[in-house]
Amino acid sequence: MGLELYLDLLSQPCRAVYIFAKKNGIPFELRAVELLKGHASKEFFQVNSLQRVPALKDGDFILTESTAILIYLSCKCQTADHWYPADLQARAHIHEYLGWHADCIRGTFGVPLWIRVLAPLIGTQVPEEKVDRNRTAMDRALQQLEDKFLGDMAFLVGQQVTLADLMALEELIQPVAVGYDVFEGRQRLAAWRGRVEAFLGAKLCQEAHGLILTILAQEAKKTLPVPPPEAYLGMLRHISRIP
Amino acid sequence: MGLELYLDLLSQPCRAVYIFAKKNGIPFELRAVELLKGQHLSDAFAQVNPLKKVPALKDGDFTLTESVAILLYLTRKYEVPDHWYPQDLQARARVDEYLAWQHTTLRRNCLRALWHKVMLPVFLGEPVSPQMLAATLAELDETLQLLEDQFLQNKAFLAGPHISLADLVAVTELMHPVGAGCQIFEGRPKLAAWQQRVVAAVGEELFREAHEVILKARDSPPADPIIKQKLMPGVLAMIR
Repeated sequence: MGLELYLDLLSQPCRAVYIFAKKNGIPFELRAVELLKGHASKEFFQVNSLQRVPALKDGDFILTESTAILIYLSCKCQTADHWYPADLQARAHIHEYLGWHADCIRGTFGVPLWIRVLAPLIGTQVPEEKVDRNRTAMDRALQQLEDKFLGDMAFLVGQQVTLADLMALEELIQPVAVGYDVFEGRQRLAAWRGRVEAFLGAKLCQEAHGLILTILAQEAKKTLPVPPPEAYLGMLRHISRIP
Repeated sequence: MGLELYLDLLSQPCRAVYIFAKKNGIPFELRAVELLKGQHLSDAFAQVNPLKKVPALKDGDFTLTESVAILLYLTRKYEVPDHWYPQDLQARARVDEYLAWQHTTLRRNCLRALWHKVMLPVFLGEPVSPQMLAATLAELDETLQLLEDQFLQNKAFLAGPHISLADLVAVTELMHPVGAGCQIFEGRPKLAAWQQRVVAAVGEELFREAHEVILKARDSPPADPIIKQKLMPGVLAMIR
């Protein structure tokens, strides 16, 4: 059995891993995980008792955390240097971005999907004050993203696409998918998005973004899976932990 | 000017960087940034890090923030022993996995435990409801269980048989609730044994030195009103 990637393309870090593997022609078996169906698969539980995606299985070796997976794949498959440069300072800048991303982007940019789709799906609502705080947090993060990381460079940590750009792009797409266009009024970021997507190619972007970008349409047609009752507790807890 | 490290040992990530540099004999100038005096908010420090956070590193013209980035930079530049961040792909991936996981889990919960239990009421004079504190400590408890079950399991150290960056980052984080008076090792013999192994590997004296400040957190004199006003927005954002 070769490389297996357990992914749900509704998830931002899953898309980053998917895009990276596809763009670099890394052969893998896609094991689709449907978060909305509540991780019912026993097979998945055996792979990842943390019940989190993305997860990688390479023979007996199991790995979680998108950052770790991306770095592992880039080294194992010896992808082009620009993704994760060997240069000491360039690589340090990627880790600097990923550290800040973990605090300021991750968690924050996933909230709009919960507000607009996932909470209503289980018959509840994210309180208004959390919605407001989330908007403020996103605005602040976007400003820092533009000023500190992008500046007047082509990409987030330099003049070429890196793992940082993939991780960031997929997070920013999430609110866009539910009608909150984070790129509106932010020309530098919008231009950066264009460059990243041009580099990845329209076909790969469509493939990776198709599911999340049609989430509202699916909701309207009532074709979204209804989470099973066992999933409710976890989802309610997630909502209560939104700052 | 050689390597400069901008640190306050009150901060968990600063302690990890400090211990790592000292343990590996990496020469540096310590630039103290006193968080409780609001020094991280100064214009001078903004020149070093516009995001106003510690730790920060300056190596000639090169500036770097974010503790994991700093630890990895020092690892590579100073060619420290392999066990800190192994060359072996899978062993290294285990370290990366922990370093990625800890941001929003252990780090966040240890920070909230310290601030909800001690720093908000004692230093900032802001009472924290018993329910809030109980919820925070319950979350910390859950995270400690995950640390034991998912990462440590039956290994000597978090990522394998030898101490790595993962252990250093984890142990310095756990000292936050310890400094707050939480008995986190009670009823957790596996975790307690791991902590002792890490302290032994780092060296007891260095470990003690790095943790003098946090272990006195409960004795922090109350902040004066001007400082309190300056610090509050940052504190609230930090422990969200």
